[in-house]
Amino acid sequence: MITFIGKRLLGLVGTLLIASFLVFAVTEFSPGNVARKTLGPFAAQESVDLLYQKLHLNDSLPVRYVRWLGVLTGVIADPLQDPALKLDFKDPRGDRYFGNFGYSTLYKLPVNDVIWNRLGNTALLAGISFALIVPLSLIFGVLAGMREGSFLDRTISVFGIVATSIPEFASGVFLVAIFVVALRLLPGTSPLTTGGGGWSLASQFVLPVAVLVLYDSGYVVRMVRGSTAEVMSKPYIRTAILKGLSFKTVVWRHAVRNAMIAPFTVILLQINFLISGVVVTEMVFAYPGFGRMLLEASLFGDIALIEAATLVALAVATTTQLLSDLGYALLNPQIRVG
Amino acid sequence: MASTDAPSDVTALGRPELPAPPEVMPDAVAASLTALAAPTAPGAPVAALGTKPPNLLRRLPTSPIAMVGLALIGTWVVLAVLAPVLPLDDPNRQDFLSLGNPVPSAKHWLGVDIKGRDILSRLIHGARTVLTVAPFAAICAYLVGMPLGLLAGYYGGKVDLVVSRLSDIILAFPIIILYVILISQIGPSFWNIVLAVILTAGPGIGRIVRGLTLEQRHLDYVAAAQLRKESDLYVMAVELLPNCRGPLITDFCLRVGYTIITIGILGFLGLGLPPPDPDWGTMVKEGTTLISVHPHMSLFPAIAIVSLVLGFNLVADGVRELSLTD
Repeated sequence: MITFIGKRLLGLVGTLLIASFLVFAVTEFSPGNVARKTLGPFAAQESVDLLYQKLHLNDSLPVRYVRWLGVLTGVIADPLQDPALKLDFKDPRGDRYFGNFGYSTLYKLPVNDVIWNRLGNTALLAGISFALIVPLSLIFGVLAGMREGSFLDRTISVFGIVATSIPEFASGVFLVAIFVVALRLLPGTSPLTTGGGGWSLASQFVLPVAVLVLYDSGYVVRMVRGSTAEVMSKPYIRTAILKGLSFKTVVWRHAVRNAMIAPFTVILLQINFLISGVVVTEMVFAYPGFGRMLLEASLFGDIALIEAATLVALAVATTTQLLSDLGYALLNPQIRVG
Repeated sequence: MASTDAPSDVTALGRPELPAPPEVMPDAVAASLTALAAPTAPGAPVAALGTKPPNLLRRLPTSPIAMVGLALIGTWVVLAVLAPVLPLDDPNRQDFLSLGNPVPSAKHWLGVDIKGRDILSRLIHGARTVLTVAPFAAICAYLVGMPLGLLAGYYGGKVDLVVSRLSDIILAFPIIILYVILISQIGPSFWNIVLAVILTAGPGIGRIVRGLTLEQRHLDYVAAAQLRKESDLYVMAVELLPNCRGPLITDFCLRVGYTIITIGILGFLGLGLPPPDPDWGTMVKEGTTLISVHPHMSLFPAIAIVSLVLGFNLVADGVRELSLTD
C-alpha cells in the first residue's frame, strides 16, 4: 500500500513537470515579446531590450523552462526583481525562496500575493457547491435507481439529461433573467463586497452555487441511478427481498453500499469538472476567483501566473484522482492494491 | 498497477463524455455472449462467427428519447441548410431604426441584438457554424484517438504504456483550463478549435477504445480472425471496432454535445470564432451587457445552445439503452 502511494506520488510529480513544460511551450505560440508585454506599449525600446537580455529570452525553450524551475525551487534568484531593471518589482519574501512562482506581469505583484487569496474564494464557491451536489445526487440517484422504470425514475432521469445539457453560462443567463431581472430577489453579480447594491455576502453566493449544482448534479445523479439500478438486479437483492425484508431495509442495508462504489470515484473526479465549471461561473457573476484570474492571465500572456495557476489546478486534480483510486480500493474488496 | 485499472478507467469517463462504467459492462458482456452463441462446432465456417445482430441505427426509431433528440438536431440542421433561401435578414446588417425598441416584433421575430442585427437570422447562420465545427472536430478527435486506443489495447506492453501515460497527463487538466490556455495563445479560428478539440478529447476517446479493446481482444471471434492469419490492421478495424459500436456511438453523440458547449463557453469568455460569423456563445456574452433591460438578447442564443446540446444528449441516451440489448 505504501509503495503504491509512493509510486503514485512520484507519478504525480512527473505529471506536474511535463504539464508545466507543455504550458510553457504553448505560451510560445503567443505573438509578441514577453519583455514588451511586461513593460507595456509605452516603454522605451532600450528598457525592453535590457529586459529581453536580463530574462535571456533568446535562450532555447528547455533552457528557459529549467531556469523557471530553478526560480520555483529557490535555486536561482528571480531575474525580474533585479533592481537594475528599474521595474520596482519587490517580493517581501526575497528574490530566492522555495515556492517562488515569480512576478505577475499583469498585476505587477508577486504571484504568491495574487493567487492564494483568489484560490481561497474559488475553494469557498466550489466547496459549498460540492457539499450540496453530493447529498442531492445520492438521494435522487438512489430514489430513481431503486425502482427502475417507475415514474419517479423517468422524471429524475429526464431532469438529469436536461441539467447536463445546460452549460453554466446558459443556466446563469436563465437564472439571472428570472431571479434578478424579473423577481429582483437576488444580485446578478457576486463581487464579494457589501458596498454598492447592498446585497449581503450570503445572497451573492446563491446564484453561482445554483448554477454549479444544477450542471454537475445532473451528471452525478445519472451515475448513481445507473449504479443503483445495476445492484438492484443482482441475485443477493432478490434473496434479501424473498427472505422477507422490507424494501426499505433491502435498499438501505444491502443495495446502497454496493451501489456507491462506482459513483464514489466519479464524485471525486467531479472536483476536476467543478474547477472547469467554476471558471465559467466566475465569469458570469464577476466573482473574484481563480478562474477569472487565469482567463485574464492567459489573455495577457502573463506566463508566471498561468504556470502557477495551472500547477495548482493540476495538483488539486491529480490529488483527487489519487484519493479516488484509494477510496475505490477501500470500498471494493475485489480490488487489491499491491 | 493492473489492479487499479478499473478506477483509472473511470477517470476516462470524465464528464458527460462517457457512458457510465456499470453501463458499459453489460454491453461488453452482451457482445461476448453474442459471439459465444454463434455456431462454434468444429468444421463450421469460421465466417459464421461474424453473424451481426440487427442494425443498431435501424432500431433507433423504437426509442422515443432518441427520436425527440433527432427531432431537435434535425430542426437545426434543416434551418442551417436552408439558411440561404429562407427570407432572413442579412445576419450582419444593422437595423438602427429597431435599436430603440429591440424586442421581438413582426419585422424581427426574435428581436434585434445590441447592434441592431436580427437575432433569428444570426441564430440560424450561427447554427451553420456550430453544426460544422462541432461534428467535424469530434470526428477528427476520433480519427486520432481511436487508432491510439486500438493500438494500446491490442498490443498492450510498451505501446500501451506510452499512450496511456501521455493521455493521463492531458486528462489531468481541468478541460476548460486547457482550452482557455490553448485558444488564448493560438487564437480562435476554425482550425485552432478543431486542433484544441483533438488535443483535449483525443486522449479520452483513446482511453475508452482501449478499455473496449481490452475486453474484446481475448474473445473467440478475435482468435478466429487471428487464426485465419488476418492482418492486425484487419482484426482491429473490421473485427474489433464494429463490436464496440454501441458505447462508441453513445460517446460520439455526447462528445459532439460537449464540443458545442465548449465552443459556447469559449465564445462566452471572449474567445469565440472571429466576426463576422455569428457565434452563439459570443451572442450570449454580448447580450449580457443589457440583460437587465433586454434579457431576450442573451436568452434566445442560450436556448439555442441548450436545445442543440439536449438533442445530442438525448440521442446518446437512446443509443445507450438500445445498445444494452444489442
